[in-house]
This record gives sequence, structure tokens and C-alpha cells, in this order.
Amino acid sequence: MARPVQSDLRTRLQEWIPKIVLAPSVASMLIFVYGFIVFTGYLSFTNSRILPSFDLVGWHNYWRLFQLPTWTIAVQNLAIFASLYIAICIAIGLTLAIFLDQKIRGEGMLRPIFLYPMALSFIVTGTAWKWLLDPGIGIEHTLHLWGWESFHFGWIKSSSMAIYTVVIAAVWQSSGFVMAMFLAGLRGIDNEILKAAQMDGASNWNLYRRIIIPQLRPAFLSAFVILAHLAVKSYDLVIALTGGGPGRATELPATFMYSYTFTRNEMGVGAASAVIMLMTIAAIMIPYLYAELKEPK
Amino acid sequence: MSGAVDTGVAIRTNRVTRTFIYLFLLLFALFYLLPLAVMLINSVKPLSEITGGNMMALPNVWTFEPWREAWSSAQIGVQPTGLRPYFINSILIVVPAVAISTIMGALNGYVLTKWRFRGDTILFGMLLFSCFIPFQIVLIPMARVLGMIGLAGSVPGLILVHVVYGLGFTTLYFRNYYSAFPTELVRAAQIDGAGFFRIFYRILLPLSGPIIVVTIIWQFTNIWNDFLFGSSFAGQASQPMTVALNNLVQSSTGVKAYNVHFAGAILAALPTLIVYIVSGRFFVRGLMAGSVKG
Amino acid sequence: MGLLDISNVTKSYGAVEVLHSVDISVDEGEFLVLVGPSGCGKSTLLSMIAGLEGITSGEISIKGRTMNGVHPSKRNIAMVFQSYALYPNMTVGQNITFGLEMHGTPKPEREDAMNRVAEMLQIDNLLSRKPGQLSGGQRQRVAMGRALVRDPDVFLFDEPLSNLDAKLRVDMRTEIKKLHQSLGTTIVYVTHDQIEAMTLSTRIAVMNKGYVQQLGTPKEIYDTPSNVFVATFMGSPAMNVFPSRIVVKDGAPHAAVTGHDGVEQLLRFPQANLAAWDGREILLGIRPETITDPEGADRNAAHIASLRNHIGVTEPAGSDTFVTMTLGGRDAIARMRADVTVRAGEIFDFAVNMDKAVAFDPKTEERIQP
Repeated sequence: MARPVQSDLRTRLQEWIPKIVLAPSVASMLIFVYGFIVFTGYLSFTNSRILPSFDLVGWHNYWRLFQLPTWTIAVQNLAIFASLYIAICIAIGLTLAIFLDQKIRGEGMLRPIFLYPMALSFIVTGTAWKWLLDPGIGIEHTLHLWGWESFHFGWIKSSSMAIYTVVIAAVWQSSGFVMAMFLAGLRGIDNEILKAAQMDGASNWNLYRRIIIPQLRPAFLSAFVILAHLAVKSYDLVIALTGGGPGRATELPATFMYSYTFTRNEMGVGAASAVIMLMTIAAIMIPYLYAELKEPK
Repeated sequence: MSGAVDTGVAIRTNRVTRTFIYLFLLLFALFYLLPLAVMLINSVKPLSEITGGNMMALPNVWTFEPWREAWSSAQIGVQPTGLRPYFINSILIVVPAVAISTIMGALNGYVLTKWRFRGDTILFGMLLFSCFIPFQIVLIPMARVLGMIGLAGSVPGLILVHVVYGLGFTTLYFRNYYSAFPTELVRAAQIDGAGFFRIFYRILLPLSGPIIVVTIIWQFTNIWNDFLFGSSFAGQASQPMTVALNNLVQSSTGVKAYNVHFAGAILAALPTLIVYIVSGRFFVRGLMAGSVKG
Repeated sequence: MGLLDISNVTKSYGAVEVLHSVDISVDEGEFLVLVGPSGCGKSTLLSMIAGLEGITSGEISIKGRTMNGVHPSKRNIAMVFQSYALYPNMTVGQNITFGLEMHGTPKPEREDAMNRVAEMLQIDNLLSRKPGQLSGGQRQRVAMGRALVRDPDVFLFDEPLSNLDAKLRVDMRTEIKKLHQSLGTTIVYVTHDQIEAMTLSTRIAVMNKGYVQQLGTPKEIYDTPSNVFVATFMGSPAMNVFPSRIVVKDGAPHAAVTGHDGVEQLLRFPQANLAAWDGREILLGIRPETITDPEGADRNAAHIASLRNHIGVTEPAGSDTFVTMTLGGRDAIARMRADVTVRAGEIFDFAVNMDKAVAFDPKTEERIQP
């Protein structure tokens, strides 16, 4: 009997081609993503200032980071911004989706209007809202001209309120997207379940509260994860809207990292802040992605 | 109205509720339209009408001077070039970056679904996580590497950056799309004598139209709208549109030319807005596919 | 040596061996069916013959040429898939000729071959359609056309009928059998449906847990199953297998069977060698259709035993009447004539054709060889 022979050349080549094709992507991922994460992680333990240095200083940068009032403000701002941004986007998105799902005339007109801000750059959004919120020429000024002299809306100039203007602009940009996610979820619910619930005598309110909204759980989860990671990464909007000001009032971790690394020449501290941002996002994304990848198998 | 609404739909609403719903929806439509409308109106007004008048009022004198100025003569940084060169930069960055990352994503998705090997799920998981990292974590080493390979401050450098960090999403899109195709298709083609690339372009690629559109739109929007990489890695001559717009808006010394800023902002938004208007269906699909598993 | 030889072939995924030393030789013109429950390794074996899965050890050869490591397209095989795997972007005609195109056959020849096959399968009016516009049965035909056009040494079928509805499945089954008879092709066919296996094959390999349990003609498999698994897997309703005991009486072995009342009744075995098992436990296997009313018993059978038992449930199915009862403490089924008069709750005298009864060793579950 013939011994098993070597695979012919073509067969062996065919076995290798898929791996060769994937290789550049894998290599770039390993270098540019994970390699860079390791590198930045290492820098966060060094005394790098204007240029990377490789002298280890232990946890010094992290210790210093949490001593910095600017970082504390950035973290507090992120907490305010993220929680309001997520909560308001979900509230508006869900309400709009439920209302749009009532066989609304002109749904085809309204949906794109709610969603178009998502196509814009945060820089454009920031530019538009910067002037709209400017009391000198924007909404306040207009209402004064229209005769409402006592109207006052100067949050963008107030260090205690400016962070809320970032929330307004960010909600304007993203809530339509959340609406689309919920709408897709609503359209996926089996109409027979709704009919059955109505046979059981559920009112519209109870129908939504007890039957429909609980079935939107996956949409809630996705919306939360997407918004949370957008919140942590928020950079452009603050730059365009407030530039981090007035003063440091709207500083976020993303703007903090940038200014400490590239303009204040404290690269070690900047790297440490980037590591903390990554950890925050990893804590949100990894369990989510794990569950998403796990499920269908 | 109610007659048509009631048939076959489980949820019924009365007239008062429906009126409220319509009012609510219209109010929000106004909220979403307001900034764009304000920008449009004020971009065709002389500056004096804005500073001295009402932002919401239609112009008394219509002028396209702000648009011309924003496009070709406004002061950006030190040069009075207008936004035109930066618009061109953005196109020079976006087109190759979108093309390369889409092609690579398609091939990756094909390999990851149809030529599976041990560890492919872990690889994909790592690729997927890379979509969501805060890019601050890669800024410092990326700046060094671009310097080392001589691409610092250049258009090719930005293309490289956008390709590298776009691969996760493009791969995700194609993988989810191709996983719906039976693997038996590939096996049948193998028995028929087609090889790796032939199977791809004769069988999978002809079926990939929708996902290619979704991916291109997603990548186009993301890269066009990028600011962080542009402001970190671009040189004065290779700045993309978003960075230039920000410079225009932030650094105007003297009188703030709101009308020029608005015209510039609309110019920066125009390409993605047009894509959105022309193919909104695919745009939404892309957004959803990026968040919920397809 | 056959046309297709599978010698001592194993398959492992990592440390897990999923196929254990398979030996099958298929002659030209044979219709071999690999049958077994899901996960038994039948599809893996088929994929290995096709070259879509590697061979861990052993050898597969076609026409004496070893196929280990040979690319699927160079084995001169064709395969019909469960999902048909028709290329959705190509027309029926392009689907059929794609393989020829890949092998560099000139266009006029491709057209001729396509027309010949399309005519044979009566799909010549569909050639310009896309697969999405076809019905299940039509897709099935196109998939077969794609295989036939290559004129391969061996046809491989991977559960080709499982996506069709019941009526169509029977029609296509007949069609495949006709095709095999008229073309004399060599076929290896995978299914989990034992009726398909029985009706189509010239030989069956019953597989379970990565082992070939029995290889033989449909009649051998049905009448002399080599173990309890084969006995109960093949046949519907399944063979009744229940505990019994050999008792030698008047010099002949008998099976001692307890009915509903726990009283032992002796059924005489024709196999004299079972006398050696005197007093020992066995598993007795009796097919439902060999338990009948006395008038319905097989006239040609040499050993008809009488069994008095209590009738549990009767299920008239039109062509047959199924009667359930208790034998050896287990539920058993008899398949009787449609017009037999039996009533639930009665005591009835059944006739059991012991020529067809099978005895198994209760420890190994292997058949006790006569």
C-alpha cells in the first residue's frame, strides 16, 4: 500500500494563503494597537517629559496625577458629562423611538432629521453650538430681541455650568442614533405578543412598561456601551465648543492627556492618564464584547 | 387618520395622545434642525447683520461673500488660503485610507469566516477591542513611529494611521456579513477547482455590494470627521479639514467673522451630509452594525 | 482493491479522536450509504474523502491513487451539499459549468456538457435563472447537475434531501436511485435517515461515536444487526430489545420472556448454538413486524412461537396497526395488519416469528453469532 504522500504544492499553498492574507492586519494590530498600549503603559512608569525617557520612576506619575487638581476636575467632569449624556440620550432616544413607532405620518421625514447630526464632525457641532449658546449673539440675544428681556442663558461663560453645555451639544449629536437603535429594537418585537398582552387587558402604559421596554434590554445595553465609550473618548467636541474652558471648567481626561503630553511636556503623566482612560473603557467593553462573541456559539 | 392606524396594530392611541406625540416629535425636529438652520441663514448674511441683529432672522442682504472667503481667502494659521487646500488634504487622506481599509477588511472577514483556523476567534476579539480603545493610548508611540519612518506631518502618515485604526471596524463588518453565507459555498467552489482568491472575487465579492457600501460610508464619515489624529500628526501643509476649521474658528484675531465660520463649518460638514442624504439607509445600517452584532 | 479505498483512516482534532480506524472499500458502481446519528463522524469521513478535511492517519485512495494531501479539485470527485451551496450570484447554467471553467474546459464543450446534464435532470428551462428564484426541488436538481457535469469517479452526497419537505424527499430519493441505476455511478451518500439508507444503498455503513458499527448490504444490516445500536437505529419503529434468559428445554434453546403479568413464557429459538447460553441472561431483539396475530404470521417461517400478552394501546395507522405491550419489563411494539381486531386492555395470543429474532450479549451488546 502506498504511504501517505506529501501534499501537492497547490494544496499546501492554499493552506497558507489565508494566513498570509491576514498577516499584515494581525501584525499592524499587534504593533500599532497592543504594542503601543504596552509602550504607553511603560512610559507611564518613566520620568518622560518632553521626549520619552526609559528611566523608571514607579507609580510616581499616577500618584502625581491624582494630586493634580486639573485631573480631579477632568474626572469629575467626565462623571457628570458621561452620566447625563448617557441618561439623557437614552431617555430622548427611547421616547422618540416609541413615539415614532405609533404609525406616525411623515416618519420617513422625521427619522433622517433626528439622525443627521451623527454624520457631522464634532468640530462642526461644536462650532454651531458655540455661537448658539453664546449669550452675546445666540439664543439669549435672540430672545432679548424678541422681547423676553429677562431671559438669561449664559452657561457657556460660567465655570460651574459650562460642562452642561457640552452635554447639550453631545446629546444633540448622538440622541438620534440612540433613537435608531431603539426603533430597530421595537420593530423587532413580535406583534403577536402585543396582541396577547392587549387580550390580557394591558393598557398602553403597562404594555410598554411591562412587556415592550423589558424586551429592549439588548438595545439598552448596546446604547449604554456605545455612549459610555464615546463619553470617555470625547475630545473634539470640548475643543471646538469650549476649548476646555472657561479656565479649566470643561477639562475632560481626553483633553487633559493631550495638553499634558504635548503642550505641558509631562509625557509620563499624560501616559498615565491615557492608561487610566484605557482601563475605564476596557472595564466597559471587554465584558460586553466577550458576551457578544460568546453568544452565537 | 385613526381608521388607517387601527388596522392590525396592537397599540392604539386616542386623539389627544396623538396630538401630543406629533407636537413632541415636531419640537425635537426643530431642536435637531436649529443649529444647521442658524448656520445656513447666517452664512449668507453680512457680518453686521449678525452682530447687530437677530441670529434667527432671515438676511436682509443676501451675500455669498462669507462662503467665498471661507473657501479661498480666510486666514487659517498664518496663511490667508481659505479652507480649500485643507479640503483637498482631507480628500487625499480619505480616499486611499477608505479604499485600503475596506479591501483589507473584506479579505480579513473572508479569512475569519471561511478559512477558520485555531485561535481565529481570539484574533478577532483582539481586533474588535481595538475598535474601541481611546486613541490617546497610542498617540505618543504613534508620533514617534511616524517620525522614525519619515511620515511625520505628512498625508501618507495620516493615511497609515487611519488604515491601521479602521481595520477593526471594516473587518467586523465583513466578518458579520460573510458569516451569514454557508461555508459549503466555499467547499463547493474548492471541489470545483477554485482557489482562495478566485473564490473571493468570483463568489463572495459579487454578493458583497451592500456591505461594501456600508463600510465605505462608515469609514468615509469617520475619517473625514476625525480631529484627534489630524491635530496630533498633521503638519501645517497636511492638515485635514476639521483641524483647519477649528483653527479658523478658534484663532480669529480681532473681529469674529461668524458668517465665515458658519460657511466653513457647513463646507466641512458637506461631504458627510451629502453621503448621508444620498444613502442614509446604508449609513444607519453601518451605525447599527458597529454597535449591535449583525 | 475497490474504486475507493479507505484504509485504517482516523481523524483527530487535537487530542480528541473523532474517527477510529475506518476501513471501507467501495467497488465501482456501488451506492454506499454512511448512516448514523449526528456527531457519529459520517460527515467528517465524507469531507475527508472529498479532501475538505485532512486525514490524521491512514490512507484514502481512488482508483489506486492515494488521495492524502491531494487538493479536492484534483480528486475527480463531485459533491452535493446539504444546503446545495449553489453560487447565488451565478445563473443555473453558470453554476453547473463553473467547475469545468475552473478546470480549463473550453466553452463549447462546457455548453455541450451543460445541455446534456440539464436535459437529463429536466432543468433545461431554468438555465438562465438565479438560484434564489428556484424551488427547493429545483435547487436540488441543479446541485446534482453541477456534480454530474464533471463526470467524476465518485459522487459524494452530504444529506442532500434533508432540506426538502416530506413529499419531495420521497420523489427525489427515487430520482437519485434511478440516476444511479441508469448511469452506474459510484456514490458515497451520508444521511441520518435510516429509510434513505435502506432504500438507496447497495451497502450501508452504520456509524456511531466514530466507529463503523457494521458494514453490509441493507438486508444483512436489517436482519442480522451486529449489535444493539445497529438493531435499534435501523428500522422504524425500532427493534424491540429487552432482557430475557436462555432456557434449554427438550434439547432446544428457548428465550424466557416475561409479559405483562411477570410470568415467564418460553419461545423456541432456531439457533441451536444458543444452548451454550443455558441459564444466562441475554438481550432479545424482535422486530415489530415479526409480532403479529396468528393468522398474520409469515407462512414460510419455520419457527413461530406463541406469546400471550396484554394489549396496551392500539394505534391504527391506515396501512398497519401498531400495538404496544410490555415485554421483559420494557415497552414493546408490534406492527400488525391493518384489519386485525385487537382492543386495548385485552389479553391476546401473539405469534412471534423467531426465525427473525436476534440474541445479544447483555455485557457487550454484540450479537451472539449463530
